Amino acid sequence: MKKIRIGSGAGYGGDRLEPALEVMEKGNIDYIIFECLAERTIAIAQEQKLKNPDKGYNSLLEYRMDKVLPLCAEKGIKVITNMGAANPTAAVKVIKEMAKSKGIKGLKIAAVLGDDIYDSIDKYMDYNVLELGTKLESIKEKIVSANVYLGVDGILEALKNGADIIVTGRCADPSLVLAPVIYEFGWDIDNYDLIGKGIMAGHLLECGGQVTGGYFSDPGYKDIPNLWKLGFPIAEISENGDVLITKVDGSGGMVTTATCKEQLLYEIHDPSTYITPDGIADYTNVTMKEIEKDKVLVTGGTGRKKTDTLKVSIGYRDSFIGEGEISYGGTGAYERAKLAGEIVEKRLELIGCKVEELRIDYIGVNSLYKDSISKYMFNDNSLCKEVRLRVSGRTLDKKEAEKIANEVESLYTNGPSAGGGATKSVKEVVAIASIFVPRDDITINTIYEEV
Amino acid sequence: MKLKEIAHSRTGDKGNISNISLIVYKEEDYEIIKEKVTEEKVKEWFKDIVHGEVIRYELPKLGALNFVMDQALGGGVTRSLSIDKHGKSLSSALLEMDI
Repeated sequence: MKKIRIGSGAGYGGDRLEPALEVMEKGNIDYIIFECLAERTIAIAQEQKLKNPDKGYNSLLEYRMDKVLPLCAEKGIKVITNMGAANPTAAVKVIKEMAKSKGIKGLKIAAVLGDDIYDSIDKYMDYNVLELGTKLESIKEKIVSANVYLGVDGILEALKNGADIIVTGRCADPSLVLAPVIYEFGWDIDNYDLIGKGIMAGHLLECGGQVTGGYFSDPGYKDIPNLWKLGFPIAEISENGDVLITKVDGSGGMVTTATCKEQLLYEIHDPSTYITPDGIADYTNVTMKEIEKDKVLVTGGTGRKKTDTLKVSIGYRDSFIGEGEISYGGTGAYERAKLAGEIVEKRLELIGCKVEELRIDYIGVNSLYKDSISKYMFNDNSLCKEVRLRVSGRTLDKKEAEKIANEVESLYTNGPSAGGGATKSVKEVVAIASIFVPRDDITINTIYEEV
Repeated sequence: MKLKEIAHSRTGDKGNISNISLIVYKEEDYEIIKEKVTEEKVKEWFKDIVHGEVIRYELPKLGALNFVMDQALGGGVTRSLSIDKHGKSLSSALLEMDI
């Protein structure tokens, strides 16, 4: 039975490079995917593009391509990535110039376009926003980006046109894997049983090291060898949709049914209804079997017909967050941090700081789980010998956020004894909202550069 | 006994929703978590953090439960005031539960 091997080169925008190179050099792979877009990444990239029309793609594109391009040319590995972010057109031009300067010839580089619908967003103002429960109109003036989650279509077109490197903007993560699988096996895109299995393969690969032992190790409970040199995963996918997850021999980490189960259920919500632009995957009957060390066979995924709508991720300027932290140590550390927190609260009131929402945490005591779980785990805060106060507040105006940050810093000279290591920051919050638009509204096209 | 002794867990996020899996190490322990770790118990456990509904999905073939918790991430990953905006550390909190 025909099989293809797809490696993962990145599980998020800032991921490590050398495990990707290891997979390319030693993984005997046909394709490598670099998944580099979190929910908010495009909104931020769009702002970079506004400042400079040649930017707005992943900031590590050049760093990665410098090493990836020679391997791509030498080994004939095809690269599929969403590193185009807000500007796939600029990204493919950069890649072309890099290939030229390296003397690499015979590469076709494609950009998939059509996800950016910012220019036509006005026609969706009466659509409901998933997260806000209001019409899109309510944030109209604040919108900075609007990108549709595309599926496999553009990538498939590029593959059919002979592309070696394919760069997308917003695209559903599993589609980066599903597209080459459909292309290589000639799967019918309406065969949802197979599509579901391909989505599953993509879902297992899309977070890179998270299926090979990353985000997993818990010493004494779940030990992972050589986590410091964690290897990225490879999926060996068969024509019938069986998926074997593995990694390069000798790399760190491990592939077990436990690592694969954690990743299969990661962020999926209802396991019977994992919605992507290419179909709805159903993991209800998935089973896993470790057939050899670091080789897990995943079978039983299935799927259903795709939806008539596509999700649009809309970035909008929401607010500002002002933050400050300061540490206290020794006996009475918690009591002093608590006094400091009370001081900041009173000060913000005294100076009339306009705060939409304020949060006070004691790092080392309750910053992760707030009070009931924190108390359940550990009930005597006076035993803490190091506590760090953290004050975080949301404001509509930047100046108000600065006041919050400054009130924490001024505890140095005005607050309790021996407060050290104060830090402060003010950030603009670009938040994400979602609407669903008719699939037929979206036009996808591909453009090419060649060397 | 803490859940941590028989199961492992991973948290994921989408918007203001947290998704926590709970997976047993040994197949025979699945019935225990299915009986003990109910939607109600998880909602009560995370009462200071989760302000919406908790839905539990069962995956007997994987020996796993999947909890989807609404309004769990301080207004959403992009605007939360929490130090752990994604709620990545919530899985460790679930495993602290005594059963």
